[in-house]
Amino acid sequence: MSEISAIGGPAAAPRRPGITNIARRRRSERVLQGLGLGAILLAFAMLATLVGSLIITGYPAFTQTHLRIDFPVTEARVKSDKPEAGNYRALMQDAMVAALPDADPAAARKLAAMLSNSAQFALRDRVVADPALIGQVVTMTVPVADPYDQLAKGLVRRDTPEAERRLTDAEIAAFDRLAAEGRVSRPLNTALLSNADSRFPEIAGLKGALIGSFYALMTCFVISFPLAIGAAIYLEEFAPKNRLSDIIEININNLAAVPSVVFGLLALAVFLGWFGMPRSAPFVGGLTLALMTLPTIIIATRASLKAVPPSIREAAMGLGASRQQVVFGHVLPLAMPGILTGTIIGLAQALGETAPLLLIGMNAFITAAPATPFDSATALPTQIFIWADSPERGFVSRTSAAILVLLCFLMAMNALAIFLRSKFERKW
Amino acid sequence: MTGIAFLLLFLAALAGYLVNRQAARAIRAGGAPLHSLGLYHGGYAALMMLVPGLIFLLAWLALQGPVVDALVMAGLPEGTVSEAGGAGSAGALVLAEVRSIASGRIFGTPEAWKIEAAARMTALHGGARQLMLIGLAAILAGGFAFARSRVSAAFRARQGVERIILGLMIFCSLVAIFTTLGIVLSLVFESWRFFAMVPVHEFLFGLNWEPQIPIRADQIAGAGAFGWLPVILGTFVITVIALTVAVPVGLYAAIYLNEFASPRFRAVAKPVLEVLAGIPTVVYGFFAILTVAPALRSGASALGIAMSPNTALAAGGVMAIMLIPFISSFADDALSAVPRSLRDGSLALGSTRAETMMKVLFPAAIPGIVGGVLLAVSRAIGETMIVVMAAGLIARLTINPLDSVTTVTVQIVTLLIGDTSFDNPKTLAAFALGLMLFLVTLGINIVALGIVRKYREIYD
Repeated sequence: MSEISAIGGPAAAPRRPGITNIARRRRSERVLQGLGLGAILLAFAMLATLVGSLIITGYPAFTQTHLRIDFPVTEARVKSDKPEAGNYRALMQDAMVAALPDADPAAARKLAAMLSNSAQFALRDRVVADPALIGQVVTMTVPVADPYDQLAKGLVRRDTPEAERRLTDAEIAAFDRLAAEGRVSRPLNTALLSNADSRFPEIAGLKGALIGSFYALMTCFVISFPLAIGAAIYLEEFAPKNRLSDIIEININNLAAVPSVVFGLLALAVFLGWFGMPRSAPFVGGLTLALMTLPTIIIATRASLKAVPPSIREAAMGLGASRQQVVFGHVLPLAMPGILTGTIIGLAQALGETAPLLLIGMNAFITAAPATPFDSATALPTQIFIWADSPERGFVSRTSAAILVLLCFLMAMNALAIFLRSKFERKW
Repeated sequence: MTGIAFLLLFLAALAGYLVNRQAARAIRAGGAPLHSLGLYHGGYAALMMLVPGLIFLLAWLALQGPVVDALVMAGLPEGTVSEAGGAGSAGALVLAEVRSIASGRIFGTPEAWKIEAAARMTALHGGARQLMLIGLAAILAGGFAFARSRVSAAFRARQGVERIILGLMIFCSLVAIFTTLGIVLSLVFESWRFFAMVPVHEFLFGLNWEPQIPIRADQIAGAGAFGWLPVILGTFVITVIALTVAVPVGLYAAIYLNEFASPRFRAVAKPVLEVLAGIPTVVYGFFAILTVAPALRSGASALGIAMSPNTALAAGGVMAIMLIPFISSFADDALSAVPRSLRDGSLALGSTRAETMMKVLFPAAIPGIVGGVLLAVSRAIGETMIVVMAAGLIARLTINPLDSVTTVTVQIVTLLIGDTSFDNPKTLAAFALGLMLFLVTLGINIVALGIVRKYREIYD
């Protein structure tokens, strides 16, 4: 044993007892293992911190505090011949006065700020739809404004000095009183998915962004999928080995590594500047994303075409099929699962891409969901960027919630890709 | 109208397919030996209609807007827009106003000639659309007549179809080239206009980056406010920070996964690292401002160090998280590509696994690892969202990681967000920066991909 280790050690080194030499070498092995394991655990810890902090800040945004309140809709405020022109802002104040009978009416009126700004429009829509409500008391459950929402969720500490809070003691007391009456509830925040963007966090939602992302992704798929398959089949099955093929191949590999913001510059100069396409449109975003996704899908498609064994091609050729019949009738169907997997992964990347969309103006403030791919819209990642930039505190948790929604979509797409691969992939 | 045109195109192609297939089958039923299957005769008709029709439609849609604009501008009464054909920003302004009037968004009371121009624009667009439909119908009819006239027993329809499809596939693979050309041309063109306003040497060697629009007309691009050195220095600082963390962590992770990890651990750890790679960068950016920057700040204030709110450290550190899986998967691949004989030989000579790794496998894999690290560098330089959200906006000539620095990508995004008119140096500066970014990353990528490829060939 000692002789072996002496041979293994450097010849010029003074002879040491072999046992310590072995111990030293074993120790250095343990150190290397420890460093490696430490590195992986560090990466895991970072992932856990990332996801953990997003969940902790994001989960409160999945509920929204609501207040049940009675609006005395009087003829004085809303004329029955013109219900849409009524003074609904004053009605909100009347409702607060009615809800807090022992408070000073002037102070109670100011407390109408407790209700979301959207409440007056919700009330108006209801009265316009049914003018018979004028003269009656309408009970509605409306979202509360962001500071009260934070208070109800315990995100605002009540023991901080009054001057450093956004709510005064009186406002908190009034809210607590309404809560004690059982008027406050905290249902699931469906507005997060069913509303479009808003300046008010309590009614801001992702609908516009989701639809915008959907349109952009569809455009991206419709354009990049056929182009990528055509390019990959040509390069893999038909292209002669010449200079042009080499240039195309190097070009595709380089294109895959071009920074995404450069694609944004391309889109801005060419699509918007030269072709005069509309700004902020998901269609243009999808076009840009298609150019970015193209190399990814081409590379994946070529890999799965390569994985189809030559015997399939030779058998088909032997039966008299033409080269295109071989490819489209036999090789392509067998490669399809791999191609679809690569495509879905490419689309998942495109879904998270932000910078090029910013440059073509998909970070605009738009309060309506787009009806067509040519309308102005945001996308999920750009909406996250907009909300992350917003000063209101309520948007911090909403940004995290939006990120969680985005990550859910990405996870679903990747899970689908993994499922397709494991279900249909063939080992030859 | 455009939707109708596309519908017409596809329906007509389908009809052409069915008619020609039927004609071919009729010939075969008549007893003549058909060269190609009916399917190919039908496909030939469909392609002869689809391809020219699609080219026509796309070209028309791309050209209609500019042509109508030019016609409207040319038809404006004398003296309303300064001479020289209404070029320049005044012309663009009038055009924008006419366009918004034409689409029904009228602000204030525009002059009569503008309303008239808007009416002409609407009429021209309407006429253009009708002309487009007529042209499309003519092309479809022509294509069909041609294809139908060629249906005969001897016609080699399969070869015809295959030639067209081969052409289409070649076009598909050229799209990548067109994209690169488009990138290069647009960047060079806009940078050219930028360098016409700001001298190249000022941009390349200037130490000041203050891209404001000049207030007075006569001070356009005055005293060297467009020197990119502080911007590239900021990029460099953040890249160095990111790589200082990511390279060792990524490499040790790869070494462990490749040599020491049990298959079960590897089966869990690799996908988890891939999750880290799949997280969108906007999420990392928010993570930086939500968690990392406040943590760093409170840590620094506990140590009594002054720290700016948007430190290079926070942005670089978060970027490192993003790069770890990138580097580790590249290094893992490179280590796995080292032939088994080297590993077995080393182990057989009595070296430990650690010695095998560090003295045999790692040196053999160095070229691949260097390639991967270089790709990571190019990614760090081109990374946008993390730095846009977490790094600063003001360019400073500093290498202090606790200070706030800006990067090339941050400047591109901030210069182009919001108002973008293409005639001032502020907007065009973004394209000059984009050109430099493209050139730098392209250079690094070519070297890196070259190294990776060459190295692969050695062992293959």
